[in-house]
Amino acid sequence: MPDPNPDRIGPSPSPDVSRAAGGLRVTVDLNRCQAYAQCCYAAPHHFALHGAEALHYDPAPTAAARDDIERARVACPVQAIRVEDAGRQRA
Amino acid sequence: MEHLVVVGASLAGLRGAEAARKAGFQGRLTLIGAEPHRPYDRPPLSKLVLTGGVAPGATTLPNLEPLDAEWRLGSAAAGLDRSDRAVILESGDRVAYDRLLIATGARARPWPDTVQNRFGGVHTLRSRDDAAALRGALAAGPGRVLVIGGGFIGCEVAAACRDLDLPVTLVESGATVLERVLGSHLGSVVAALHAVRGVDLRLGAKVEALEDDDSGHVVRARLADGRTIETTCVVVALGAVRNTEWLSGSGLAFDEGGVDCDADGYVLDTDGRSDRTIAAAGDVARFPHPIYDGRRVALEHWGHAVAQGAHAGRLLAGQASSPAYAEVPAFWSSQGGVTLKMAGLTEGADGLVIAQGDPKTGRFLALYGRAGRCIAAVSFDSVRWLPAYAEMVAAGAPFPPIHGAVDQGRLRVLPPGFPKEDER
Repeated sequence: MPDPNPDRIGPSPSPDVSRAAGGLRVTVDLNRCQAYAQCCYAAPHHFALHGAEALHYDPAPTAAARDDIERARVACPVQAIRVEDAGRQRA
Repeated sequence: MEHLVVVGASLAGLRGAEAARKAGFQGRLTLIGAEPHRPYDRPPLSKLVLTGGVAPGATTLPNLEPLDAEWRLGSAAAGLDRSDRAVILESGDRVAYDRLLIATGARARPWPDTVQNRFGGVHTLRSRDDAAALRGALAAGPGRVLVIGGGFIGCEVAAACRDLDLPVTLVESGATVLERVLGSHLGSVVAALHAVRGVDLRLGAKVEALEDDDSGHVVRARLADGRTIETTCVVVALGAVRNTEWLSGSGLAFDEGGVDCDADGYVLDTDGRSDRTIAAAGDVARFPHPIYDGRRVALEHWGHAVAQGAHAGRLLAGQASSPAYAEVPAFWSSQGGVTLKMAGLTEGADGLVIAQGDPKTGRFLALYGRAGRCIAAVSFDSVRWLPAYAEMVAAGAPFPPIHGAVDQGRLRVLPPGFPKEDER
């Protein structure tokens, strides 16, 4: 995923992409990540390994990716993926 | 109703607030943040955000527990009145608290010359807005980027420039990059990686001054040896300063290295007494680490902000069963396609062994020892070895670890090559 959406690059101060899009928020605990790459198979448009162990991921997938992201989260052997569904309001 | 106030709306503050709720805190909850943004994730800011793979505004952190909180964003804390139990904001507003979590983090250390620091084209990299500004500058295709400082941020920025095929010079005053964290032995492995990728490394060199074009935009840097580097984009990567000034007059023990905490995580006053209404977590908290004989450390690690933030949240929620915080320090960095991950702290190491793999192949694990005990392990594209060695670090296992085992010959102990105190 070298460049999932270059159009999103905004001027400073940058808008909050995920909230505006009503999408998801994702973070991966990269201390925990062991590069098993199961997320890359489960959601290939949102997770990719660069080199042997550098996991690149999309931290703000759209709501349409919900099922893929959930599959990736569940597939992670070390449970390193954390997801918030911004569509469900939390404050 | 009890009021829990969290000062600092970043990773440690957010995870602390979530942990307090999860631990059953049902009172009022307020998060105060100096920046206008909801808590966001910093690691991508020096990597994918710079290369354009992730938008700066896409880094908002997931919120993992219902918070039911009030947010005071864009309002920095300016003071703490403990006798009245109130946080004073820059606006002069007072926010009364019953329990307080201090998670104000750190900021980038600026270029020391205040005039040159204001030149156009001179960047630091800490916040999301910093990253957006630097991304904009890199996307404009500067003729050469100058990175001042060969720590993790400096190395990651230089790697991102090469990913973008931009010419980049990295100036580091030490003998090699990452010398303070890894020592010169492994620092030179990282330096070689960057040199191969086309980074112009100037080691043992010092930028003496930045010069402008009379319109206030940087055009060149002058080195101590008299040479110059033509550049319109400078990234100052000289480490961080803790955000503690707002604690002036609070009676708490602090300096630019952090606010002092006791072993539980409560802050200490200048007489060394714990204030059990206030805890601290993340970059700003300096605490005695049980794995390192109670040495006082303030750690700028992502995982530490998560774990100590959650610890402090549970503590302030009154969860008595919270065990003492003893998380093994851990962090990662990826630069130029290589991922290095570390467990433990290398400070004071007197020996280094390559415990697995071989630096010549690019994939190996190194173990640091001090006075006969394992104190840290670092993996280069070999993370699956790391958990086993992290356990040895946590246990203070003997160093060197294996003497003539069947599957592995005697490990050679190397000098790690840390700079002497007076050179730091």
